[in-house]
Amino acid sequence: MMDTALRLLNRLGRRTMMAVDAVGYAAGLLGESFRFVVAGRRHGQPVRMTAIVEQMRQVGADAIPIVLLLSFTVGLMLAIQFIATLSEFGAQSQVVLAVAKSVTREFGVLITGILVAGRSGSAFAARIGSMSVSQEVDALGVMGIDPVRYLVAPALIAMLLMLPILTILSDFAAILGAALYSSPMLDMSVQTYLTQTLSQLTPRDVYEGLSKSIVFALLITVIGVATGFSVTGGAEGVGRATTRAVVLSITAIVLADMVFSFFLNR
Amino acid sequence: MNDTAAPLIDVVGLEAYYGRRRILHGVDFSVRRGEIRVIMGGSGSGKSTLLRHIIGLQRPVSGMVKILGVDVGRASAQELLTVRRRLGVSFQGGALITSMSVGDNVALPLREHTQLDETTVRIMSRLKLEFVNLGGFHDLMPSQLSGGMIKRAALARAIVMDPELLFFDEPSAGLDPVVSAELDELILRLRDALRMTIVVVTHELESAFRIADRITVLDQGDVLTTGTVAEVHASEN
Repeated sequence: MMDTALRLLNRLGRRTMMAVDAVGYAAGLLGESFRFVVAGRRHGQPVRMTAIVEQMRQVGADAIPIVLLLSFTVGLMLAIQFIATLSEFGAQSQVVLAVAKSVTREFGVLITGILVAGRSGSAFAARIGSMSVSQEVDALGVMGIDPVRYLVAPALIAMLLMLPILTILSDFAAILGAALYSSPMLDMSVQTYLTQTLSQLTPRDVYEGLSKSIVFALLITVIGVATGFSVTGGAEGVGRATTRAVVLSITAIVLADMVFSFFLNR
Repeated sequence: MNDTAAPLIDVVGLEAYYGRRRILHGVDFSVRRGEIRVIMGGSGSGKSTLLRHIIGLQRPVSGMVKILGVDVGRASAQELLTVRRRLGVSFQGGALITSMSVGDNVALPLREHTQLDETTVRIMSRLKLEFVNLGGFHDLMPSQLSGGMIKRAALARAIVMDPELLFFDEPSAGLDPVVSAELDELILRLRDALRMTIVVVTHELESAFRIADRITVLDQGDVLTTGTVAEVHASEN
């Protein structure tokens, strides 16, 4: 009995140490990346604009169609649910407000974050992971090219720039989806619906979503690249890392979202 | 060869561990300018670990590793990056960046470390590819090359900055004897034509005896013997 308890305690302690170690490593990667962005050029290690633009294309531009499609669909579903629920209280006209606030504060950024975690977080882990197992990361290092500067910093900058933009697009698509469904139900034109939405939204609503998107961008990047750098065990290890990166990113996003919502809506 | 000159690589009492397992047991090792030094040993002898310490991919836990006058254990990250620009390393599997063409791989160090214009970069990368007999392969992707071609392309990338020191990790691994012999010829040509100092890690006896000026034999983390090919042949070890 005592032995089992000690073993469990031992395992818990080891896991905790590993988690602390991983968080420290991820924070170090983040710090290194920002150092290269700020002072890399001075030390002959600049973060290349071409690499940032390429990452912006992969992370952002290529994700636009799927972000628009999913956000439009979720907006439409929200409208269906809100109208059904609010009509029980005779308050279906409040659907404009409900959709506007919930999309800009919560759903737009959450859908975008989860989608980008699935697309780009996994791509970071897979790319860096396969480069690690084939010694490409080592090769960069011995060529005097810091892998963090070359692989991580462009991805981080691209994510920080593109996730807020994708979030705004997601907000638009979701509200449009809701407008197309709700306007005939509420006996108003789509244009009137959108005008009402704009009049009921405050800058704070949009700011809340955008500030979350910055945090999500940091989480997705750092989890993706840290998981990639820690890959061992060949192709199988890369597969495991990719799955791990997606699961950890989405978990981190949802937890961070909860914390944000708690503090920003009290 | 100038025996009195300071060695380009000087390893003293190097110990290395993976977890609790001791891989290197106080290795002493030095390489003089202009020589081809082969590090030999069986699987698990510690030769790749020694190489990783010399090129700064691992920092020594105990002992000293000095390369081109820089103490790897005490060097700052910036000093390490600077010294690495004077090295070339050809990895066992080539380690070409798979998302780039062969030409872009070779041009990568030039684009990262020099202010050369794009035309010059392309000319220089083509010249190095021609040196390793891959003149027409500039625009191919690494996945389109054979094993021997990948090793030669990796060599072209390793020498594109005209390094003082060149390292090969298992150049013959996975190659047939003909391609392996061609690669050995190339290594000899590099020393003679470009006066490079070359360190080769291998377990292939035939290749080692063909190219080495001196051979260091490692066994279970210890240096068994160091000497010329004739001396190693004559050694009781």
